[in-house]
Amino acid sequence: MAEKTLPTFRGTPEQQQKLQEVIDRNKQLPGALLPVLHEAQEIYGYLPIEVQQAVADGLGVSLSEVYGVATFYSRFSLTPKGKHRISVCLGTACYVKGADKILAEVEKKLGIKSGECTEDGLFSIDSCRCVGACGLAPVMMIDEDVYGKLTPDQVDKIIDKYIAEEGGSN
Amino acid sequence: METVHLKINNIPVEVPKGYTILQAANKANIKIPTLCYLKDINCIGACRVCMVEAKNRRGLLAACVYPAEEGMEVLTNTPAVIKSRKTTLELLLSTHHKKCLSCVRNNNCELQRLAAEYGVDEDRFTSSEPVYEIDEQSPYIVRDNNKCVQCMRCVAACKNVQGISVIGAIKRGFSVHVGSAFDKSLNDSPCVGCGQCVVSCPVGALTEKSQEDKVWDAISDPEKQVVFYTAPSIKATLGESFDFPIGTNVEGKMAAAIRRLGEGVKVFNMDFTADLTILEEANELIERIQNGGKLPMFTSCCPGWVKFVEHYYPEFIPNLSSCKSPQGMFGAVLKSYYCEKNNIDPKNLFVVSVIPCTAKKFEATRPELRSNKEYDDVDVALTTRELARMIKRAGINLANLDDEDYDAPFNKATGGGAIFGSTGGVLEAALRTAARTLDGDFKKVDFDEVRGPEEVREVTYEVAGVKINVAVTSGLGNARKLLEKIKKGEADYQMVEIMACPGGCINGGGQPLQSDTVRNNVDYKALRAKAIYDYDLNCEYRCSDESPVIKMVYDEYFEAPGKEKAHKYLHTTYVQRDKYYK
Repeated sequence: MAEKTLPTFRGTPEQQQKLQEVIDRNKQLPGALLPVLHEAQEIYGYLPIEVQQAVADGLGVSLSEVYGVATFYSRFSLTPKGKHRISVCLGTACYVKGADKILAEVEKKLGIKSGECTEDGLFSIDSCRCVGACGLAPVMMIDEDVYGKLTPDQVDKIIDKYIAEEGGSN
Repeated sequence: METVHLKINNIPVEVPKGYTILQAANKANIKIPTLCYLKDINCIGACRVCMVEAKNRRGLLAACVYPAEEGMEVLTNTPAVIKSRKTTLELLLSTHHKKCLSCVRNNNCELQRLAAEYGVDEDRFTSSEPVYEIDEQSPYIVRDNNKCVQCMRCVAACKNVQGISVIGAIKRGFSVHVGSAFDKSLNDSPCVGCGQCVVSCPVGALTEKSQEDKVWDAISDPEKQVVFYTAPSIKATLGESFDFPIGTNVEGKMAAAIRRLGEGVKVFNMDFTADLTILEEANELIERIQNGGKLPMFTSCCPGWVKFVEHYYPEFIPNLSSCKSPQGMFGAVLKSYYCEKNNIDPKNLFVVSVIPCTAKKFEATRPELRSNKEYDDVDVALTTRELARMIKRAGINLANLDDEDYDAPFNKATGGGAIFGSTGGVLEAALRTAARTLDGDFKKVDFDEVRGPEEVREVTYEVAGVKINVAVTSGLGNARKLLEKIKKGEADYQMVEIMACPGGCINGGGQPLQSDTVRNNVDYKALRAKAIYDYDLNCEYRCSDESPVIKMVYDEYFEAPGKEKAHKYLHTTYVQRDKYYK
């Protein structure tokens, strides 16, 4: 079946300890799966197979049930988030101003799709619905920085700036 | 009992409180169509096919989940209801890969039947192209999600009945699909292969991995000698594929039909190796009891159950009887004893077992089962459904055939072997033989206490001063409960029989498909089981040790139960498997 290669899981013993505490605290509650997954994502930043297995084991539910819940809610992510989180607004105003082309340009530049993370862990791309800056449409956010009135040809330069800061090349 | 009174299509009905509208309608003999509902397995109100109207209530109600209420006036076939059902079906068909003519479920598909009943326009909404990769990596089940209607019956069978839950709904909205965690192939998941998902599927999304072509090739290969053997339950179910009433024993016609599949094809009776299993297993049990071996001893004839232990309860592997299953034993007997006796090169003997089971397809590929490293003992394991298709393709009219016997030398067997097909049968057959071994004067043959539909049957027997505690269950959800009980030390059994499928092999994942209309209204498992027990009653021999064929193979080849040769060919080993992956 189509399986994506995901970045190697790098969980720490501290994270594992924290997750175990969360599981122990919730284990007896009905419907514990959802709150546990929430906290697990906060601990690890995402829900890789290793974490989902630990949750399945800890709560005594099957991995396919955990996976079903994790893929149902868009809040859960199966891929890690990058050091720099790029978020392209696809809200109505941005969309009519060509936000889809901005997103396509970002995806092309980084060689990953929305929802994914680059192999080196520097960037992840997501789309969002309205950041409340419709006057600046189309809008993209990188971490806390807002870039407005974008055109596709500006994307390259903006991302290069972050790459340069990291002292590398992409 | 508190009851409620309601009217359905103006017919007054009185039903116990808590009944759904669907149950109430059934009681009044009013048919409401269903798709996702499957009695005792799935009741989630998801498909919206069972919608009905009720006076003074807004909107339509899903009859399968909506409780019947006092004074309710339900209408099941108003124009609004019909239109709603029709649109629902048309929407389902918009994402359905409509290749009906080449679909294995053609003419036996619940969606197709409903579409015909409601006169749908299959092209009303734009159809989509297939988007899902077909998962055919496992040796036993194929999943084609392009035909899935997301009724979740397979998911419910896996979770609610079997308690395994290796498949579930993934994602949501238009992207929702059924599969294993992380979209892995079923082959890489801890699936036990029972096939209860397959027999629950209303459409062609789940099928067994067909191996009919391999058998046809062997039949037309002049180098190959093709031999079939049919599992104990097949005689009681094959007829259903040829419009015989459920529970008709078609043993003689079955043997005649298989023999007509091709020149030189032989057909043997697998009840014989069920008998052989009993001899070996009874011997093993007595040995374990006398030599302080691991107890309780678990039966090992059900491959779904064996794989379940290997994945989920590896600590119990030493408890599994080392006996191969009847399928495995027959393969070994044929490729050793039979080939030697008849001067056949085992590579030219093509062994086809007909089994009620998808997990047996997996079992046939187990390397531990090979008595010789170079070839599988069982070349192909065919489900009852595949055999039926082969008979049909050969243009054989089963109903018109005269009864014929199996081929010698494996033509005779006992009632003990025959009842393997139903839950409790293996244990009962073992008790029959063990009791006679321990006490030559023991007269009891019918151990009714271990039969029946109860979830778990626990009985204590006293034979020749020895107390034997036994337990029987079927369905892996029940098996899990029993294992937990043993783990906690709350039970002290000497022998436990477990079958993965509820009711045993007569309800196996490879048996003829019965649609929801039958499954929701008829106790098909009881009818099939009755055919097996009636057969047993009429057997010349009822205890496995009485079989002349058994005597012959021990005298000529295997010496005695548990002896070196018997051990080499008739016993096997198990492997621990991962709980999350293959």
